[in-house]
Amino acid sequence: MEFLNSFKKTIIFLFVVILPITVISIALSDLFERKGNLEELKELYSKEKKKSVDHSKFAELQKNFESPHEVTAACLSCHTERGTEVMNNSHWTWEAEEYIPGKGVVYLGKKNVLNNFCTGIMSNEQSCNKCHIGYGWKDKNFDFSNQYNIDCLICHDNTGTYEKETGGAGYPPIGEFAPDYNYISANVGKPNKANCGYCHFMSAGGNNIKHGDLGMELLDCDKNVDVHMAQDGLNMECVDCHTAENHVMKGKYYAVSSCDENRASCTDCHDQYPHKQNKLNEHTIKVDCRTCHIPYYAKVNATKLYWDWSTAGKRQDGMPYSVKDSLGNDIYLSEKGDFKWERNVKPEYVWFNGTADHHLITDKITSDTININTLFGSFADKKSKIIPVKIHRGKQPYDIIYKNLLQAKLWAPEEGQGALWQDLDWDIALNLGMEYLGLPYSGEYGFIDTRMYLPKSHMVAKAEDALTCTDCHTRNNSRMKHVPDAYIPAATHNKTVNLLGILFVLAAFGGVSGHAFLRILANKKMNKNNPKNK
Amino acid sequence: MKKVYIYKGFERFWHWMQALLIFTLAFTGFEVNGAYSILGYETAVNVHNISAISLIVLVVFAVFWHFTTGEWKQYIPTAKNLKAQAQYYITGIFKNAPHPTRKTILSKLNPLQRLTYLVLKLFLIPLMFVTGLIYMFYRYPMGGEIYSLNIGSVGTIAILHTIGAFLLIAFIIAHIYLTTTGHTPTSNIKAMITGWEELEEDEDNKTETQEKTE
Repeated sequence: MEFLNSFKKTIIFLFVVILPITVISIALSDLFERKGNLEELKELYSKEKKKSVDHSKFAELQKNFESPHEVTAACLSCHTERGTEVMNNSHWTWEAEEYIPGKGVVYLGKKNVLNNFCTGIMSNEQSCNKCHIGYGWKDKNFDFSNQYNIDCLICHDNTGTYEKETGGAGYPPIGEFAPDYNYISANVGKPNKANCGYCHFMSAGGNNIKHGDLGMELLDCDKNVDVHMAQDGLNMECVDCHTAENHVMKGKYYAVSSCDENRASCTDCHDQYPHKQNKLNEHTIKVDCRTCHIPYYAKVNATKLYWDWSTAGKRQDGMPYSVKDSLGNDIYLSEKGDFKWERNVKPEYVWFNGTADHHLITDKITSDTININTLFGSFADKKSKIIPVKIHRGKQPYDIIYKNLLQAKLWAPEEGQGALWQDLDWDIALNLGMEYLGLPYSGEYGFIDTRMYLPKSHMVAKAEDALTCTDCHTRNNSRMKHVPDAYIPAATHNKTVNLLGILFVLAAFGGVSGHAFLRILANKKMNKNNPKNK
Repeated sequence: MKKVYIYKGFERFWHWMQALLIFTLAFTGFEVNGAYSILGYETAVNVHNISAISLIVLVVFAVFWHFTTGEWKQYIPTAKNLKAQAQYYITGIFKNAPHPTRKTILSKLNPLQRLTYLVLKLFLIPLMFVTGLIYMFYRYPMGGEIYSLNIGSVGTIAILHTIGAFLLIAFIIAHIYLTTTGHTPTSNIKAMITGWEELEEDEDNKTETQEKTE
C-alpha cells in the first residue's frame, strides 16, 4: 500500500493533466480529417450522356456516298471550322514542335521518331498509316493541307462497324466491302473507347502489344482491371479524361512528346490531397498517384516486354515460320524476330519531370545501350516524381560504320519489292529504308540493345488494391530498389552505419559480459580464500 | 546501514516510463530501419511516432521536475573521484574494494554516472529528439507548403537518427549491467522500483529517513 501511495501524486497528475489533453487531441484530429471529392466525381460521371443532335435527320447524310472523302465533305459542310482544328491535332500531323535540352526546337512525332517496336513509319507508310486519321498517306507526297483528306469517322463512328483497310494508307475498304456510310454517319457522336482503341489498343501490330495498360479487354472489364473504365462501374470513356478543346486532346505520349505541357493528370479531377492519412498525402510530393494506384498492368492479356530484331529473317524449309508460347503469343516470327511477353506485370519505376528526349535516327551512337527515349528527372529536381513505367527492351539494327540506327523498309504490297516482312533480307530492306530517308548507309549493319520508356497511366486499381507501405518500405524486393537517390525508410539504409552500429552494440555486450565473468571468477576466488565462508 | 527513501514517486515513474518508451522506440525503430519485419511497417511507424511524442511529453515534465526540485544539480560534473571511480570498475571491483563514492540523497550519482548522464541528456537525447522530429515533420503535412522545413533529403537525418539509436542501445546495455554493481547485485534495481535503498549512514541520509519514519 505504501508502495502505491508513493505514486499517488503522479497518478493524480496523469489523470488531471495528460488524460484530458489526449482526449481533446484525439477529438480534434477527427475534425481536420480530409475528405476527397470522390463522391462528387462519381455523381458527375454516373450521369447518362445523351447526344445533343440526331444525325439521322440530316439530308446531307442521306445521299449516296461514292468515296470516304465525300463523307468528310458532308461533315465539314456543317462543322465548317472543325477541319482546320483537326489539321492542328497531332493525330493528323504526327509531328509537333518540341523543345529538347541540347537539341533545341525540333519537330518530332510518329512521322519521324523511331520506336522500339516496329521501329518507324518511314518507307512503310502505306501499312503503318492505317492508324492515321486521314486518307491516303502512303508516301512523302501526302497533302496535309487538304481537309477533305481527314477521316472523321474513325474517331466519331459510334456503330463499331467502320474500319480501315490493312495496307490501305488510312482508307476504308473500297467497293464491295465499303462501310455503310449512311448508317455510320447517322450514328456519329463523341469518340468512345472502341474508337480510340481501334488504334491505341492495337498499336505495334496487335492487341496490348505496345502499351500493356491499353487493350481490347478494357471494352469488357470489371473494376479489378480498370476502376475508371470498368463496365460494372462508371464505364468512363477515354475522352472523359483526355478532354479536347478545338480537337486538341489533353495528354502526352512520351514516346513522341518531349515537353511538359497539355498533360492529362489524375488531379485534373481528383483532389490533390485525397487521402485520409496525411502521411499518404505527403507522399504525393515525390510520388506520382500512378505509382501506388497502378500496381500491375497487362492484367488480362500479355504485353510485349522484349523484341529482338536481330533474329528476324530465319527460314524453316525455305519458308518463314513462327513459334508460339503456351498462351498463344508469338515468341518468334521470321519477319520480326524474338519476343518476350508477360501478363500481370509489375511496372518499373523512374524519376520523371514531364520532359523527354528522343534518340533520332541521325543521332550518333555512343553507348552499348540506346535509350530510344529518355525520361528526364531526378530526386534533386523539384518537379520530378516517381512514376511507373513499362521499359520495353530490344535489339535494333544499326550502322556499324556510321554509328547510327537504321530504318528498314518493312512492308511492301507484294513480295520481291525488298521489304523485310515479305523478302526477309535485312541488307536490301535497310538499303531501301535509308535511301527513302535520304540518309547514308554503309552496308555494314549490326544489332544494338535498345530501351524505351512508356509511362503507365491506365488500369488504375481499386483503392484497396493500391500498393501498401511494405511494397516499397522493405529491405528486400522493394519496388523502389532501382529508384536512385531517394532515402526510402526500410528499403534504404547506410550499410556502414548499420554494420558499425551492430559491432558497437556487440562490443558493449561483450565488454559487460567479460566484466561480469571476471567478477564472478574473482568472487569465487575470494570466497575460497576466505576461511570464514567455509 | 539504513533504509533510505532515495527515489521519489515521479522520479521512478519517469525512469520506468522512459525505459518502456525507449525499448518500444528501439524495437519499432529498427523495424522502420528495415532490419526485420515483425509488427508490420505501418504499425511500427505509428507505434514509433506515438511513443516518440509520449517520450517528449514525459521528458518535458521530467525537465520541469528536475528544475523545480533542484534535482538537476545531480548532474553537475565533477572531476573529484572520477579517476578513482574508473579505477574501481577496472580493478577494485574484482578485489572487493569499497566504492570510492558514497551514494546519498543529495548525491545519488557517482562522478562517472554524472558525466555519462549529462552527455546523454545534453547530446544523445536531444540528437534523437531533433532528428526524430525532423524525420517526422519533414515536409509534413502538406509538403512544399512548409518551406522552413524544406530539407533536400531525409537521408542524413535518418542516418544520424540510426547512429543515435545504436549509441543508446550500447548505453542501455552498460546501464543495465552497472545496476548489478551496487551493494548487492539487485539492490539498485529494487531501489528504482520501491524507492527505498539501504545506504551507509550519513548526515544527509539521516534527515530524510527521519522525516519518512515520523
